[in-house]
Amino acid sequence: MTLEVSDLQVYYRTLRGDVRALDGPTFGLADGEIMGLAGESGSGKSTLSKSLIRLDGRMRYIGGSVTLDGDEVPIWDDQAMNEFRYKRISLIPQYAMSAMNPTRKIGKMIAELLESRGVRFRDTRDELHRRLELVGLQRDVLDRYPLELSGGMKQRTVMVISTLLNPSLLIADEVTSALDVSTQRAVAETLVEFRDRRFVKSMIVVTHDISLVYQIADTIMVMYAGRLAEKASAKTIIEMPKHPYTKMLLDSLPEVGVKYEDKRLSGIPGSPPGLLKPPQGCRFRDRCPLADKQCLEQPPFVEVERDHHVACWKAE
Amino acid sequence: MLKFDRVTKVYKVGAFGGGSFTAVREASFEVRPGEVVSLIGESGSGKSTLGKMALRIASVSSGTITCDGTDVSTLRGHRRLKEYYRKVQGVFQDPFSSYNPVFKADRVFAMIRSEYHPGVSDAEWRDKVADALKVVRLDPDQVLGKYPHQLSGGQLQRMLLARALLLDIDYLVADEVISMLDASTRIDVLNLLADLKARGMGILFVTHDLALGNYISDQTVILHRGEIVERGVTSKVFADPRHPYTKKLFASVPQFHKKWDEVEAELRAREAADTSSQPYHLAEGQAVPSELVEVTEGHYVQPFHPRAAV
Repeated sequence: MTLEVSDLQVYYRTLRGDVRALDGPTFGLADGEIMGLAGESGSGKSTLSKSLIRLDGRMRYIGGSVTLDGDEVPIWDDQAMNEFRYKRISLIPQYAMSAMNPTRKIGKMIAELLESRGVRFRDTRDELHRRLELVGLQRDVLDRYPLELSGGMKQRTVMVISTLLNPSLLIADEVTSALDVSTQRAVAETLVEFRDRRFVKSMIVVTHDISLVYQIADTIMVMYAGRLAEKASAKTIIEMPKHPYTKMLLDSLPEVGVKYEDKRLSGIPGSPPGLLKPPQGCRFRDRCPLADKQCLEQPPFVEVERDHHVACWKAE
Repeated sequence: MLKFDRVTKVYKVGAFGGGSFTAVREASFEVRPGEVVSLIGESGSGKSTLGKMALRIASVSSGTITCDGTDVSTLRGHRRLKEYYRKVQGVFQDPFSSYNPVFKADRVFAMIRSEYHPGVSDAEWRDKVADALKVVRLDPDQVLGKYPHQLSGGQLQRMLLARALLLDIDYLVADEVISMLDASTRIDVLNLLADLKARGMGILFVTHDLALGNYISDQTVILHRGEIVERGVTSKVFADPRHPYTKKLFASVPQFHKKWDEVEAELRAREAADTSSQPYHLAEGQAVPSELVEVTEGHYVQPFHPRAAV
C-alpha cells in the first residue's frame, strides 16, 4: 500500500461553526494504482487532496491518520510536512497556467525550488531535460518566462516539475478541466505514462468528469457530502455501481450517442446537504429513492465484493 | 428563422488596432423555430462570437444575420432594438455574474416589467411570473425575494430562462449555460431547453461538450478556428463524421464503456475501408474554398486535403 487514510477528519472553521467538509474517509491506494476521485462541488474531494499536501488557514485537523509507504504523515504539522511535500507527495494544481512564478525564467525557478528542498539542480538537470523531451518540449523552455508558453505547454511543464523528484504519491487536481478536449486527452495519457515509467508510484486524479477518469484510472472513488460513497475498479463503477448516488449520477450524464428523443435522462432531485449541521445518518438520504428508517444510521464503508467498497445499507 | 449568411468577424488587435484577427470566417447556417442547433468548438473557435453577434453584443464585420427577414445589424434606435430583444435573448455561462449582487434576484423580472409590460396590473404580473417559474420548474416561494447568493447556480440559471420566457421570445442563444452547474442537476436544465424547443422556440446551443450537443440538438455545427468544418443533421454528423478535425474531436472525447483506443481504432478502420475519392477531397495545392460540400442530404463538410494532418 502506498497510501492509507484512516478516518480522516478535516473541518473548515467559520464564524457559525465547523463545516464538516471531510468526515472520516478510510481507504487505501495500492502501489501503482491510479485512482480517480470523483464528486460534485462540495463533496470534499478537493479538501481531501489539499489535506494530503497542506492545510490552509481555515482548515482544521480533527482526527484520523494518513500513512505513506508505512510512515505516518503528520498533516497537522505544517513544518514537519516539509519532509513530505514535493519529495514524497506532490501536486499538480488545478490552475497550472498560473502556478509558475511569472518573474523568473522557468529554469531558474526550478533550480530555486530544488535547492529549497536540498537537492542540487546540477544533479537533476539531465533527468529534467529527458522528461521535458518526453512530454514534447524543447529544453530551451527553461530559458523562457511562463508568459512565453501556451496553456498546454505550461501544463506539461508543471507536470514535469511536479514529478521531478519521483514522489510516491501524485495528486492531480482537475488538471484537465481548463483544457480543450484534444489537449485533455494528451495530458491524461501523459499522466498514465508517468506512472508506467515509475516517475510516480501512485496517483489520485481528482475530477468531476467521470468519463475522463474512466479512460485512465484503475479505480474510481466517489465522494458525497464529505464522505465516501463507493470505491471499486473503474469498470465496476461504470458498469455495476452499487451505491444509489453513483447509479443516479451516472444515469444523469449524457454520453455521445444518447439523444433526448430516445432516452430522456433525469437529474438527481434536491441538492446536497449543508455541512455546517449535516443530517444524521446517511447524507444522501434526502435525495435517495431507497431511503428508509435504517438510513438514519450512518452506513459503514464496507467491502461488499472483492475490492468493491460501498457505504449504503441498501446496496446488494 | 435566425439566419447566418457568410458571417465574418474580424477583431482589431495590437496597441493601435494595427493588426487584425479573424474570429469567424464566412459562417453560414440557420436556426429554425422549434429546433436546437448546437455550435460545437474548442476555445477560440469563434462559437461564442457567433452567439454574441446574434445578440448584437458584437458587431458583424461582413455578411448578414437576419431574424425573420430583418437584417439584425441595421436595427437602429431604442425602439427597434427593444422589439428585437423581445424576440431574441441570451443566457450565459456564469449565472452569478449575470445578476447584480446588491439587488434581489427577482429584480430581473421587475426590469422586464418596467421595460416591456408597463401597463400590466400587479396581480396579472404575479400570475405571469408564477407561470414562467412553473415552466422552468421553480417554486416561487423558494426563489422570489432572495438575493443571488442565497440561490444555487441551477436556480439562478433557471430564473434567467424564466426571464426570457416572460418576453415570449422566439430565439434563445444559450452560451455554455450548464457548464458551471453540478453534474446531478445540469441535465434538468438541459431537459428544460428541450421543453422550450417543444414549445416552438429556436435555440442556438453553444457548447464545447459533444455529448451535450448530441443529446439535445437537431442540427450540429462544428467550428474550428473560426470556420465551419462540418455541419448538418446531428444524427448524421455524429454517426458519420467526415472532416479530419471532427474525427479527431470525436476520438478525444472521453466516453463511458469505450476507451479512447477503441474509438480511435474504429475510426481508423472505417477510414481504411473507405479509400474512395470524394468530391470534398482537395487536390494537392488546391486552396480550401469557403463553400461546404454536401455529403448526404442535410450533411455538409468543408473540403479538405485527404492526407493532411489537422
